[in-house]
Amino acid sequence: MLSELPLLSLTIWTPILGGIAVLFVGDDSPAKARRLALVVAVATFVLSLPLWTGFDVTTAAMQFGEFWPWISAFKINYHLGVDGFSMPLVLLTTFITVLVVIAGWEVVQYRVAQYMAAFLIMEGLMIGVFAALDAILFYVFFEAMLIPMFLVIGIWGGPRRVYATIKFFLYTFFGSVFMLIALLYMYFKSGSFEILEFHQLKLGMTEQILIFLSFMLAFAVKVPMFPVHTWLPDAHVEAPTGGSVVLAAITLKIGGYGFVRFALPITPDASASLDWLIIGMSLIAVVYIGLVALIQQDMKKLIAYSSIAHMGFVTLGFFVMFAILRSTNSLSGAALGIQGGMVQMVSHGFISGAMFLCVGVLYDRVHSRQIQDYGGVANTMPVFASFMVLFGFANAGLPGTSGFIGEFMVVLASFKGSFWIAFLAALTLILGAAYTLWLIKRVVFGEVVHKHVAELQDINTREFTILLVLAVAVLGLGLWPQPLTDVLQASVNNLVQHVAVSKL
Amino acid sequence: MTFIPPELLPAAPEIFVLTMACVILVIDVCLNDEDKTTTHWLCQGALLGGLILTWMTGGSGERITFNGHFVRDAMADVLKVGIFLAGSGALIFARDYLRMRKLVRGEYFVLTVFAVLGMMVMVSAGSFLSVYLGLELLSLSLYALVAFNRDSAVSTEAAMKYFVLGALASGMLLYGISMMYGATGSIDLRTVGNAVLAEGNKSLIMVFGIAFLVVGLGFKFGAVPFHMWVPDVYQGAPTSVTLLIGSAPKIAAFALVMRVLVEGASGLQADWQQMLLVLAVLSIALGNVVAIAQTNIKRMLAYSTISHVGFVFLGIASGSPDGYASSMFYVLTYVLSTVAVFGVIILCGKERDVENISDLKGLNDRSPWMAFLMLILMMSMAGIPFLVGFYAKFAVLQSLVNEGFVGVALFAVLLSVIGAFYYLRVVKVMYFDKGDGDEVHIELASDTKVVASVTALAVLFLGVYPSALMALCVATVR
Repeated sequence: MLSELPLLSLTIWTPILGGIAVLFVGDDSPAKARRLALVVAVATFVLSLPLWTGFDVTTAAMQFGEFWPWISAFKINYHLGVDGFSMPLVLLTTFITVLVVIAGWEVVQYRVAQYMAAFLIMEGLMIGVFAALDAILFYVFFEAMLIPMFLVIGIWGGPRRVYATIKFFLYTFFGSVFMLIALLYMYFKSGSFEILEFHQLKLGMTEQILIFLSFMLAFAVKVPMFPVHTWLPDAHVEAPTGGSVVLAAITLKIGGYGFVRFALPITPDASASLDWLIIGMSLIAVVYIGLVALIQQDMKKLIAYSSIAHMGFVTLGFFVMFAILRSTNSLSGAALGIQGGMVQMVSHGFISGAMFLCVGVLYDRVHSRQIQDYGGVANTMPVFASFMVLFGFANAGLPGTSGFIGEFMVVLASFKGSFWIAFLAALTLILGAAYTLWLIKRVVFGEVVHKHVAELQDINTREFTILLVLAVAVLGLGLWPQPLTDVLQASVNNLVQHVAVSKL
Repeated sequence: MTFIPPELLPAAPEIFVLTMACVILVIDVCLNDEDKTTTHWLCQGALLGGLILTWMTGGSGERITFNGHFVRDAMADVLKVGIFLAGSGALIFARDYLRMRKLVRGEYFVLTVFAVLGMMVMVSAGSFLSVYLGLELLSLSLYALVAFNRDSAVSTEAAMKYFVLGALASGMLLYGISMMYGATGSIDLRTVGNAVLAEGNKSLIMVFGIAFLVVGLGFKFGAVPFHMWVPDVYQGAPTSVTLLIGSAPKIAAFALVMRVLVEGASGLQADWQQMLLVLAVLSIALGNVVAIAQTNIKRMLAYSTISHVGFVFLGIASGSPDGYASSMFYVLTYVLSTVAVFGVIILCGKERDVENISDLKGLNDRSPWMAFLMLILMMSMAGIPFLVGFYAKFAVLQSLVNEGFVGVALFAVLLSVIGAFYYLRVVKVMYFDKGDGDEVHIELASDTKVVASVTALAVLFLGVYPSALMALCVATVR
């Protein structure tokens, strides 16, 4: 019975319509708005679960497909479907949104209904990005997502929120318009906007390079990769906790997802010939941004830079395959890199979300994000401290946590490509440990020097629940990643085989 | 010599609107000053009647009457419906606007109806004569409307500027027309079209004629470098008149370009295509960049109009039926959002006009609904999807890429990113800034609020489901 329902449409439109309903409840009755938002978020999460339980791991084909003509004049269709790449990310989105709604429960007092509605609508749009199989449908969701995020940072953000949110909007918008032209060009070539048909479309080398660059611009801004990453620290620092969590846990993943859905399969030859560019940018992100993270005084900024470094691993994992194919011609090695990148994305979703929530917990009490304003938090908030230490370890990539799995797979794959790539990538294990553990040391341990730290109250049940759920997810994925890798396997193999064949 | 009466049925809507306008003018004289809203409702009735007549007599292919001066086809019908709706919107917002400022005069409404009539004639023009007739009827009504608040120096200045530059533009247009007439010996657009097709590329005088026609059209549209009147008129005119000028005449101007260039001079497409491309590229560049520097919201919207006109020209310049259809879609949806934007601005103003962008400060706290409508409209104009502005730009870009103008398309999207900034600034002011407390409190109870909401929500609806309107545009242009 479940398979007959249009599950993907339901998971997209339930939160969007629910969000609109929350708007109509209005800011005058915040309690009602909160409850309704939670109901909608939980309902969406429950609706998304059958996507996992009913998922056929043996095939790389699109599942739960839905197809309706949408704008017939341009052959644009409302075409949805998920494969091993997108299904985990859809679930990640629905899961994180529930936590975000709970996290904003007492903290947000200004315009509660609008806050909740923005996150719910954003949830639906992000699921749409992952589920769209029509390029324009993808683009539409991809762009529409900017509006709620723009408002969330701008309305509920910190002192420099206006600068941060306009920078965020314009960076992303700038990146994506080139992709639109590329999509239009491919429509001109193929007469269709179906992403799967783009995969089969024969393209010359010059065309491929230009299309690849336009995709790269769009997704590199989103990931964000090294030279175009500067919006992220600003956006993170100014965004409210919920905004930071969604940004780090989900929207960054859209950039990575774009590479596996568009750039790699549509322009395999350009990807192969320009892989040095992406690998170089990824390694700079891993090493240089790792060093930058080390010197940050602002907790949120530190985690933002650590996000960039971790996402560097994702793009490295995706593109190291060409080095592997060149040196050993091993398809399984190439698959390992991509799989590692995907696992890293999901894991980073949990860990970065958790880290930002931890900072949020502290910020709500002390109203400062500066590391120097803390110290000895473990003495007054022991339960919180143990959570934060756990997530810190996960962020540093300690075995047993989810952070380890993805990084390990990517480093392992890199060794098959080139020793030096692997060497530089492995530096993250040192750098990541350094900046994360130093952060933990300065914030959580040591003597209590500030009066406001001595007066801190430990986390309440609501905060405890959120962090516990995330801790279970981080440890669960770290100890038993097989359910995720099983889901990915078929799609990853299919992608590697597709990319290995030249389109020229 | 016998006089054969022309077939009147195709022109029934025009005849009806003209008769009504004259009748209302007489009725209005007999009304007390307190009853002037009756005139408003009568004028609405005239437009509604015209709409119904268009609907009832339409839809049977191309019909030509009055010896070729008047054409009735599917495109004309669709555009006229658009003009009626925009005109009716302009009337209803004007009623509230004038009432709040104690400016209610019957002439205002009647002039609006005459402007609408002028536009209808333009849309159905079959010869240079009817083109010019319609254009002048429209322009003269608008000059008078801009100067309607005669005690306001700004308005009077705007009206003078508009009149002088408008007259210049009409002169250019007439000069072009006279050259075309000299070269082809006819003012009938079909005859001219055939003559141009036969020997257009050999005739220098025709190319000159086209150049002057394009200049005249550029003036009327407000395309760079003929845009100087646009910001001043938008800013100086009473907001309800700005609403009118910014909306329906754009539809008529689009029809004018279609009639004069596409039907009348398809043989010289290579020439006017280049001219339109230059105008379009300049308009998009200047409009988007200069708009950033504006603090006055009406002036900012004027520059935004210039950039949108650039997009409309781009669609036409791509020179394919798909391109024309995309421009038509662009114009119709742009007019829809313009009506809504100025409607919201009028509603937010009450006794005091919303002049500066900062007057909208903290709108989300004062009236979340109005702020939400404005958010939709700004994002739509910036071209963010799930709002109709995106599909309009999308359609134009698509026809450009299809015709091989990839570079121009890239240029256009790049400047749209720059343009997004000033729309975002409006959103920023409404949502992120706190009010000072001396802003107008907005109480919403009137029917104008419903109209503003419906038009703004239509922008959202057409964004989710643009298919029908898009298909209609494609079908009518073919």
